[in-house]
Amino acid sequence: MYNYKHYCKNLHKYIHIVDVCFFTVSQEQIKNLYQRFQQLSGNHEKISRDDLERIPALNNNPIRKQIITAFFDKRNQHQNDVGSLDEIGFEQFLMVMSHFRPVNSTATEEEKVTVRKQKLRFLFNMHDTDNDGIITLDEYRTVVEELLSQSGAIETEVARSIADAAMLEVASTNVPHMAPDDFYEGITFEHFEQILKGIEMESRMSIRFLDMNTATMRCGKLSS
Amino acid sequence: KGKKTLFQHLVFLEGSVFTVAVASSDQHSPITAHSGSHKATDHGSHNNTGKAFPVLDLNYENVRVPFEISLWVLLASLMKLGFHLVPHLSNIVPESCLLIVVGLLVGGIIRGTGETVPPVLDSKLFFYILLPPIILDAGYFLPIRPFMENLGTILIFAVVGTLWNAFFVGGLLYGVCQIGTESSSILSRIGLLQCLLFGSIISAVDPVAVLAVFEEIHINELLHILVFGESLLNDAVTVVLYHLFEEFSGIGSVTLLKGFLGVISFFVVALGGVLVGVLYGILAAFTSRFTSHTRVIEPLFVFLYSYMAYLSAEIFHLSGIMALIACGAVMRPYVEANISHKSHTTIKYFLKMWSSVSETLIFIFLGVATVAGPHDWNWTFVTVTVILCLVARVIGVVGLTFIINKFRIVKLTTKDQFIIAYGGLRGAIAFSLGFLLNKEHFPEREIFLTAIITVIFFTVFVQGMTIKPLVELLAVKKKQEAKRSINEEIHTQFLDHLLTGIEDICGHYGHHHWKDKLNRFNKKYVKKCLIAGERSKEPQLIAFYHKMEMKQAIQLVESGGGIKMPSAVPSTVSMQNIQPRPSTKPAPERAIPQLSKNKEEEIRKILRTNLQRTRQRLRSYNRHTLVADPYEDGLSDLFLKKQKMFQIEKKMNTYLTVPAPPPDSPTMCRARLASDPQAYSIKPASNKVPMIQVDLASPQSPDSVNLLDEFGQANQQEEEEQGLMMKPPSRPREAKKPSEEDEAKDQQRLMRCLSDPGPSADEDEDGAFLP
Repeated sequence: MYNYKHYCKNLHKYIHIVDVCFFTVSQEQIKNLYQRFQQLSGNHEKISRDDLERIPALNNNPIRKQIITAFFDKRNQHQNDVGSLDEIGFEQFLMVMSHFRPVNSTATEEEKVTVRKQKLRFLFNMHDTDNDGIITLDEYRTVVEELLSQSGAIETEVARSIADAAMLEVASTNVPHMAPDDFYEGITFEHFEQILKGIEMESRMSIRFLDMNTATMRCGKLSS
Repeated sequence: KGKKTLFQHLVFLEGSVFTVAVASSDQHSPITAHSGSHKATDHGSHNNTGKAFPVLDLNYENVRVPFEISLWVLLASLMKLGFHLVPHLSNIVPESCLLIVVGLLVGGIIRGTGETVPPVLDSKLFFYILLPPIILDAGYFLPIRPFMENLGTILIFAVVGTLWNAFFVGGLLYGVCQIGTESSSILSRIGLLQCLLFGSIISAVDPVAVLAVFEEIHINELLHILVFGESLLNDAVTVVLYHLFEEFSGIGSVTLLKGFLGVISFFVVALGGVLVGVLYGILAAFTSRFTSHTRVIEPLFVFLYSYMAYLSAEIFHLSGIMALIACGAVMRPYVEANISHKSHTTIKYFLKMWSSVSETLIFIFLGVATVAGPHDWNWTFVTVTVILCLVARVIGVVGLTFIINKFRIVKLTTKDQFIIAYGGLRGAIAFSLGFLLNKEHFPEREIFLTAIITVIFFTVFVQGMTIKPLVELLAVKKKQEAKRSINEEIHTQFLDHLLTGIEDICGHYGHHHWKDKLNRFNKKYVKKCLIAGERSKEPQLIAFYHKMEMKQAIQLVESGGGIKMPSAVPSTVSMQNIQPRPSTKPAPERAIPQLSKNKEEEIRKILRTNLQRTRQRLRSYNRHTLVADPYEDGLSDLFLKKQKMFQIEKKMNTYLTVPAPPPDSPTMCRARLASDPQAYSIKPASNKVPMIQVDLASPQSPDSVNLLDEFGQANQQEEEEQGLMMKPPSRPREAKKPSEEDEAKDQQRLMRCLSDPGPSADEDEDGAFLP
């Protein structure tokens, strides 16, 4: 059950959003997502964190806190805003979801690079919780700890040493020559891109069902 | 003259090597008798001393069979050696071609000496002895993650593609035979069913040939797994079609019901084979749980259970290949968690060795069998077959890709399609299946065999030789020599969870959702049953990290210290660059932990620099290169190492880092490895990453290298002391004056000596557990 009228009224707006996000999508998919949104929000206009936290399937997910936070993160709305929202509407929901669209096979190299950057930016924002533009060692440690949190009683020392090793690797790859007194502040976005260039983000970080290639609209605007 | 006879004799016997090994028919007894009489005269002509008691006697009969078998295997191995000694040969011509040529030569020699060439590629020998090692090798080391990700595509190519090929080739061939030739010619007598049977034999892509050719061209992982996976999974289709048409041709007619039963039997064959394999795989995993006291026979269980799976499937006419693959793939994660490192190495080496020899033998025998015949060359039939096979393959691949791309995220490009089509090689399986045909039911058996051989030759020679330059020409993406970094591992896991979470939020039960469910089921129930002890709880990230640490440490020992090594990214970054500066340094007694912390960080830095080194092994199924086992250096290297050690000792002191080892530590390590297997198996007492403790040079110092918990509670008196602990057990842990005392102690510390670091300390294609 969803508010069909409301949906139709705003359909053009929703399409515009995904246009801005430079992905192809079909009306069918938007409708599906809208239905889901209504389901989650209990037919209200906005959803809050509690609505997402109520999803039972997420309970087994070790990083569910980060995922839910990502939905309410203003940085993922591409409006050069920072901070976090308390509630999000369908447009914002769609905006976040659009980060998981697979890239169109007919996309040019340039487009693929943009898409990849966007996805990596999403990931980066998930790690960089204090929004200072770098992932510090503590933030990275938190990431690893959360990842291992569901695996039983893992001592924090193990998680820390893994995070330390990973950080060292990033530093070694990106800034090979540092004097003993230099301090490596943290992983910047460029370094982040560099270390993950082995993973094909465009295809890895995508949800399959959003890839019904019955594209009805496609914009030519390059997003930021 | 005696020598010449003996030589002839040897060559001849060489040729009839497997006549006794295989349950052979009467046609071989005249040969045996012949040889018997031959030998008698030989014997008589040589034994002219007239002694009462033969001091030197020639009795070849007793050892004949093993002797001949060994001669063949020796020939195969020497050929393999020889190819790599000739400088540029292996770059131009793939090994498979050379081996076939050798087989042709040997067959020619045998024929030239006037003897009958034996049917060496007898089907029983092929299917029960030569084929299983290759398939097991492929199945055991199958990279599960890419295979599962592309399973849909692979299945479509294997099932639909093979069916299409079979019917297209068979049908059109029948048409050509009927229409294109005169009614009196032999071709027009070939029935439709026979043609379809021929089509089904010739249409299957052969795993042996694909492996042999593809492993030399280092193509990217996706294409490799697609073609290779297809070649493995189409066995079920081939088996069903073969038996179907064979039976129908025997009866001479086909009804709709029978056709329907055929479809059902396909599912039974395929799924039944997989089920049998999974069952045996679980049995093997379960057995391996209890082998901690009898490590030496661990590899044997792996081989036996797999072979039993194959044979059991063959009993019921199920797909033996699929059973073998399923068995290997299922048992691997659990077995590897249970068995010792040495057993793992043994399994790996044995599998590679057997499959290598098998492959070589198969190609040689193919050559010999070509010479042996019997042949019936029919220009029309052969050329039409070759052309049809090519055309069918191309059309099939293009058509199927068009459909498949609608469902794939990563689409297959035209280049990919070309490689997939071009990589559809036929091989010895087709020949053996043809050989199995009954002469009474199939009078045109010889025509078929000739055509099969021609197609095999064409694909292996022409396509095999040209695929490498074509890959270069088309600039197909090659396999990435990527080091699996810990960041990638972290983020792969992160992505998995992230995508699962997003899918849950969308309410969409997709790919990730089910994978996550499977993983949780696996972790909760299956691992507990099948993995012994505490290893069942080790999460994958930690296992991966642990593997990396071990690998670095092995490399460190191997190279005698990290200082002089040319690392890929020479870096001076160390832990202290990363650690946030502690806010205060309150008391002077903290100076000592500070110092040792620096030392530890230096040590870590050295270890980490090894992270950047390029890996020594390709992440693929290359049969010829195995990971460089640090323990396989001969003793001749030992001296070199000793020299290195002395040099390192000097350098080490200036860096205050990894202390110099005693000169004989590698020897001690090796001696240790050879003897006591139990003291060094890695079984962490709890969920802690094992650590290597280095003991002081105490009276029993060589014996006291063992493994401790890295973060054992006893060591955590000060929180700065993290990481690798290098503490002598006798040193009291109060603050001491730094510098000379510590340095002296440092120098006495033993170098880490890795013993039995647990299974798969070297990388594998995949994580240790299910992805």
